[in-house]
Amino acid sequence: MIKLTIDGKLIEVPAEKTILEAARIAGISIPTLCHHPKLTPFGGCRLCIVEVKGIPRLVTSCTTTVSEGMEVLTSTPDIEDMRKFVLELILSDHPNDCMVCEKSGSCALQELAYKYDIRENEFSGERRIYTKRDGNPFIERDLEKCIMCGRCVKVCDEVQGVEAIDFGNRGFNTKICTSFEEDLDCEFCGQCVAVCPTGALTGKLWAHTGRLDDVKEVNTICPYCGTGCNITVHVKDNEIIRVTSGKETWNEGWLCVKGRFGYKFVSSPERLTKPLIRIVPKTKGKPEVRSQKSEVKKQKEDNFLPITHYSSLFREASWDEALDHVAAKLKEIKTKYGPDAIAGLSSARCTNEENYIFQKFIRAAIGTNNVDHCARL
Amino acid sequence: MHKEIVIRVCMGPGGIAAGGKEVLGSFREHLLKAGIFAKLKEKCSSHQVGCLGLCARDVLVEVHINRNKTVYQYVKPDMVERIVSEHISGGKPVEEWLADDTFKTFYGKQMKIVLADCGKVDPEDINSYIYSGGYEPTREVLTSWIPDDVIDEIKTSGLRGRGGAGFPTGLKWELARRSKSEIKYIICNADEGDPGAFMDRAVIEGNPHSVIEGMIIGAFAIGSNKGYVYIRAEYPLAVERLKIALKQAYERRFLGKNIFNTSFSFDIDIKLGAGAFVCGEETALIASIEGQRGMPRPKPPFPISKGLWQRPTVINNVETLANIPYIIRKGAGWYSSFGTEKSKGTKVFALTGKIRNTGLIEVPMGISLREIIYEIGGGIEGGKALKAVQTGGPSGGCIPASMLDLNVDYESLAKAGSIVGSGGMIVLDEDNCMVNMAKYFIQFTQAESCGKCVPCRVGTKRLLEILERITKGQGRDGDIERLERLCNGVKNTSLCGLGQTAPNPILSTIRYFREEYETHIRDKKCPAKVCKDLLIYSIIEEKCKGCGTCMKACPSGAITGDKKKPHKIDPNKCIRCGACFDVCKFKSVGRD
Ligand SMILES: Cc1cc2nc3c(=O)[nH]c(=O)nc-3n(C[C@H](O)[C@H](O)[C@H](O)COP(=O)(O)O)c2cc1C
Ligand code: SF4
Ligand code: SF4
Ligand code: SF4
Ligand code: FES
Repeated sequence: MIKLTIDGKLIEVPAEKTILEAARIAGISIPTLCHHPKLTPFGGCRLCIVEVKGIPRLVTSCTTTVSEGMEVLTSTPDIEDMRKFVLELILSDHPNDCMVCEKSGSCALQELAYKYDIRENEFSGERRIYTKRDGNPFIERDLEKCIMCGRCVKVCDEVQGVEAIDFGNRGFNTKICTSFEEDLDCEFCGQCVAVCPTGALTGKLWAHTGRLDDVKEVNTICPYCGTGCNITVHVKDNEIIRVTSGKETWNEGWLCVKGRFGYKFVSSPERLTKPLIRIVPKTKGKPEVRSQKSEVKKQKEDNFLPITHYSSLFREASWDEALDHVAAKLKEIKTKYGPDAIAGLSSARCTNEENYIFQKFIRAAIGTNNVDHCARL
Repeated sequence: MHKEIVIRVCMGPGGIAAGGKEVLGSFREHLLKAGIFAKLKEKCSSHQVGCLGLCARDVLVEVHINRNKTVYQYVKPDMVERIVSEHISGGKPVEEWLADDTFKTFYGKQMKIVLADCGKVDPEDINSYIYSGGYEPTREVLTSWIPDDVIDEIKTSGLRGRGGAGFPTGLKWELARRSKSEIKYIICNADEGDPGAFMDRAVIEGNPHSVIEGMIIGAFAIGSNKGYVYIRAEYPLAVERLKIALKQAYERRFLGKNIFNTSFSFDIDIKLGAGAFVCGEETALIASIEGQRGMPRPKPPFPISKGLWQRPTVINNVETLANIPYIIRKGAGWYSSFGTEKSKGTKVFALTGKIRNTGLIEVPMGISLREIIYEIGGGIEGGKALKAVQTGGPSGGCIPASMLDLNVDYESLAKAGSIVGSGGMIVLDEDNCMVNMAKYFIQFTQAESCGKCVPCRVGTKRLLEILERITKGQGRDGDIERLERLCNGVKNTSLCGLGQTAPNPILSTIRYFREEYETHIRDKKCPAKVCKDLLIYSIIEEKCKGCGTCMKACPSGAITGDKKKPHKIDPNKCIRCGACFDVCKFKSVGRD
């Protein structure tokens, strides 16, 4: 453990911690923009500067590790002056677009501009203007709002291992680029969207659906797979308008493309909401049983579109009826042909617990070991 | 066995540009024709040598006859025939082509250590370097010294890094030696990105083995077995000569396994840089060698503890390393006898600008600017008044003519608001506009900023914008104060040396030439008549003869007038190119 004082407060933290981490442990807040606790330090925004006794220059607390007896000041008139200076520079190259910006209200830059009360900008000048719109289906990249904090580049590399984006160009024209500046074509996990402190990266699906007002945040678990990532669905007018995930969740806020962007199914009109029981169409005499092939052929002849298979004809039922139906059928098969005539295949979308119950049911209730799981294939 | 006749042709960057190759070819041809080459086959050689220093007078040729040296300047291939027949055959030097007195003062005040063998040894032949005592220091160190001896020797010599920051080299090596790691690296920084600087290039082109030797000795001192030379790809000749030198050093087993049959092994690889100024910064350089974008990272950790691939790494400048074998050869005491208390030895500068003798010079630390400019440099070109000296390139500042007696060493220059830097020295006269000069440098740093941190990426842009509007006559009240606040912020909050020093050219010109900024802003005038947009061209009626020359020269049709009657310039059409001003034989175009 290392002992140091921050703003006169004596604290003890493990070695290898940065000054910023130590300050946060001690409950002292230091403004940051490029720092992200899950990513390696960058040191580009310069907002986290602090004064360390014995070091002539201000140092960035996010990159400097603590040392024994260190004396740190996190806020002096000089430091605040410099922070304000840096913020003014960032805002001098920023579209003041908060009115219609997706990020407004949860934007780290907006918050700091508010805190430091920056209205007039002494350093106004040329702004970067980018007109190209990225044609990918999920991620809106509004690079004029990019503050070059590098978080997206790091998350893509360090967390996702994809390296779809990196810094390009030099000087004022430095910009986050895909290879050859083509449209983003990656896994679309949206990790970059999650870490972007500004409105530079947002979800295309949630554009203009609602920011904070009347938006209810509901914590739940992603239904897509058994991993069970924690998600927060943002609901407005009983519709999911956005999905996020908190840093403090066990999945650390990281999601995949389905969890982050695949929420539209919830309110899809095509979604099943009631149990269905297959019906056998009444034909004269015996039911007509046709092979799939002949069915397709026949439907083509009949000019049926879309192709509905004989076996895909259903009627709605109540849960009681449906479950009774399944139970009766399973019993019937079991009595007639023995339990090994039945096999169970469970889904990767089920949780561990559900899968456990499912195999228990097949083994104990049905009495067969014919049970498997799709993810094992 | 000394050769009776030796001819040395400058084949440095300046020499080649001025036609050194052709001059050399011409010597071969005429010596052969005169039968001298055949007759004196054993005694006569003409080989390529590196930079002789005085670029303004290229091609420089030295003719040694029985050790008597004669130097010719501005040699062209067609002059060779006369030199061969009258001097080499006839024994009478061609007087009118000899280098004159200023040539002597150019060398008189200089003190050559790093450049001493440049121009003497053949950079493409290791034997030539070995004959001059080369690799002897390496042999001595590897076979009879321990690493701490080397570190002590370098510490005693007082050598400080020549790459810009002036960090004591011995101390750097000691810290790296103390860093615990199986693997350590030594890197030679030959990125040399300062505009106008070519010191390192000259050393590598002129005497590459001195750098290699410095690396071997350094590697031995810190305990490294692997070195890299990071050199910009825009230096093809230097790269080529370095490759040849490495190959020959490997053949001689000065590199590779068990050098001089000791247990010490050392390899050197070349890494080509793509020509980004910021890649000269050590952490960006490391990132670049690692295959990443050249962006600096905050220090600490310093490279000596976590450098290339997270291993302890020493990065030294070319000139720093080239000093090493000479310090070992002649002793730390000898080396530290040159220079001032805190700045020892010599420094190479690229002397350019409005000076009569431009070129590479090597001077003892502590020499005064006056001596450099008026004795070595031969004074200002065209007898104009000296205005300032810019040192340290885009990271440095301007020293006004009134401070000409300032000593050139790390401390004095820093106190004056500039730096020694890597060795750029630009002489400015009354025709140089200080605002424009500051703008030039900030343009460079802005374009070369890696874009990582806000103050440098955006701050230098804002600085540039303000200087642009000032030089366009759109300066506003309070712009000087705005510049100062920006400079101060950028200096204090930037991540790496590039941003931290980028404001220096502006700050130092405001410090010494504030009234020039004020004149630009308040009166919309450029006293040096450089800022185009502030100039007004008009024809002085009384002087104009109505010859019409200016009318023909004007590309924008702004001049009208009848023959033999005073002409007129339409200020709305005038694009301020100055063509009329230049062509008028009667000096009747006014520029204000
Ligand atoms: C923007 C920038 C550019 C630099 N360029 C060079 C360079 O071209 N060559 C060089 O030797 N050092 C350069 N340096 C200095 C190096 O970072 C480093 O300090 C030096 O190579 C150390 O060697 P030395 O101790 O021998 O001087 C540069 C520094 C900065 C901040
Ligand atoms: S990114 Fe933030 S500061 Fe910028 S426009 Fe959007 S909300 Fe406003
Ligand atoms: S897009 Fe967002 S996360 Fe990426 S660098 Fe810009 S501001 Fe940072
Ligand atoms: S100071 Fe400039 S060059 Fe250095 S890290 Fe910052 S942006 Fe890059
Ligand atoms: S948070 Fe430390 S530099 Fe950005």
